[in-house]
Amino acid sequence: MTNMIVIAELTKGNVNPSTAELVSAAKAMGGDVTVVVPCTDASIADGVSSYDGVSKVIAVKSDVFAGNDSSGWATALDSAIPAGTILCLATARSKDVGSRLAARRGLSIVQDVVSIEGSNLTSPIYSGKANQTVSVSGDAVVSVRANVFPAVASGSSNEVSVVDASGDVKTAVQEVMHRASARLDVSEANIIISGGRGMGSPANFTHLEAVADTIGAAVGASRAAVDTWDEIPHSMQVGQTGKTVNPNLYIAVGISGAIQHLAGMRSSKYIVAINKDADAPIFQHADYGIVATWEEALPVFQDALSNLLG
Amino acid sequence: MNLISLALMIEMPTIVVLVKQVPDTNAKIAVQGDRVDLSSVKMEMSPYDSFAIETALRHKEAAGGTVTALTIGAAGTEKILKDAKAMGVDNIVRAWDDSWGELDSNALQSVLKESIESLGADTVYCGKSAADTGAGSTGPGLAERLGWSNASNVIGAEFSTDVTVSMPVESGVAKISVPLPAVISCDKGDFKPRKANVKGIMMAKKAQVELMTATAPASSVVVSNHSMPAAKPAGKTFEGGSSASQVVQLLRDEANVL
Repeated sequence: MTNMIVIAELTKGNVNPSTAELVSAAKAMGGDVTVVVPCTDASIADGVSSYDGVSKVIAVKSDVFAGNDSSGWATALDSAIPAGTILCLATARSKDVGSRLAARRGLSIVQDVVSIEGSNLTSPIYSGKANQTVSVSGDAVVSVRANVFPAVASGSSNEVSVVDASGDVKTAVQEVMHRASARLDVSEANIIISGGRGMGSPANFTHLEAVADTIGAAVGASRAAVDTWDEIPHSMQVGQTGKTVNPNLYIAVGISGAIQHLAGMRSSKYIVAINKDADAPIFQHADYGIVATWEEALPVFQDALSNLLG
Repeated sequence: MNLISLALMIEMPTIVVLVKQVPDTNAKIAVQGDRVDLSSVKMEMSPYDSFAIETALRHKEAAGGTVTALTIGAAGTEKILKDAKAMGVDNIVRAWDDSWGELDSNALQSVLKESIESLGADTVYCGKSAADTGAGSTGPGLAERLGWSNASNVIGAEFSTDVTVSMPVESGVAKISVPLPAVISCDKGDFKPRKANVKGIMMAKKAQVELMTATAPASSVVVSNHSMPAAKPAGKTFEGGSSASQVVQLLRDEANVL
């Protein structure tokens, strides 16, 4: 039986809860599961030690994990983790580090996996317009999408072994321009409200921001909006040439539902569409469609949310 | 002092841009049997690759050197090399061997490593991912195999003896100095890809595609089938803005997402 090695996902220096989803993904592939926690302080591995179905927890301690250099991450992890199939979360950083780890070990990598049956792994291709199933022989590196696999339960008390590691850091951060707003990025939000060209002007995105602030959502945009208005940055773009997202709730406002956009958000758990055109393709993908102008619908939506949550 | 010794003295970069042919991102995708049917789909250069070409051309404009566009593919993929040439790259190269078929990431990166080494490159630009698989493995994987530095999802760059890139990090956007040799994967960002002009298109028509080959190890990841995503059951549609309050209630009571 092969070793399954789960690399815990770090978010703001702590273990991201989706790490528990990686453990069930690893169990779906079969084998003995080891969780590796990259850290600067081994105490963050304590939460992982209670995961069920894990035979070993290794906290890999290194300064490199405070930074962003993928070479540093990959070399430090490589020195500390045993041979086997490696699973990580399909985030920008982990996909990068996973790619380096795979290359370092002469393995292949399968990214963005959403379904596992033994050694058969399925990922969306063409940004979700179709699925591709591959069969893997031998060890590989596998990145798994968040919010797809169930999290394993906790209750166990696994021992945590701590390993010190060093890595080969090649790049240097000069400065970080911090995000002006505290609002989440679309790639990390559980709720997203996005606007399209139907918003009429970039200034009208303030109405989306107001809703976002009420429910802790990120604000996104369609490609049409990003291409039309300089004020709407590409970092907000959801779609095939923007970000692919799968939040619990996606609210599309003034977005017709071009195939490009649908590709980036169709796997959202629930989709709400607000559009004045009853024939807009977005309604075919919406769980709840509201045929109305955003000027009519958003104030009512906002009030109802404030009453419910306020 | 002649130009060649001047070039050697100030170490002009030898730049390679990786380009890949993919289906038009606006195209509908259908599955026939157990494979995606691309027979009636227009093929084009993966959109992120045009940002990589633009960044590479700006690097050359700032530091000198040459830009070569490289693709891995059968003869049918040469159009994207001509498109790259029309944008202004100096050389176009296609690596292929009829025995290759579908290469997994290990095989593909092995081929790329060998090709990059024989082109003598010290700087590689590529798209942050290709618009077909969206995997994004090539940039960092190739960098590791070459022992080079890398940066991914890059949205801006400044050029001197190294390249200073802008890329999103957890807390915002970081400026990161990336020493050469390096592989830099580009997202849509500050640089708008230039349009080919008439002269460029004429030159591209006449340009020769250089052919090369390499050794590909056997693939351990094999595509077994393609399928369409499960269709979503029909949702509920409401008329008029006042129904928004009803939808909020359903989001709480039925969907449990609020």
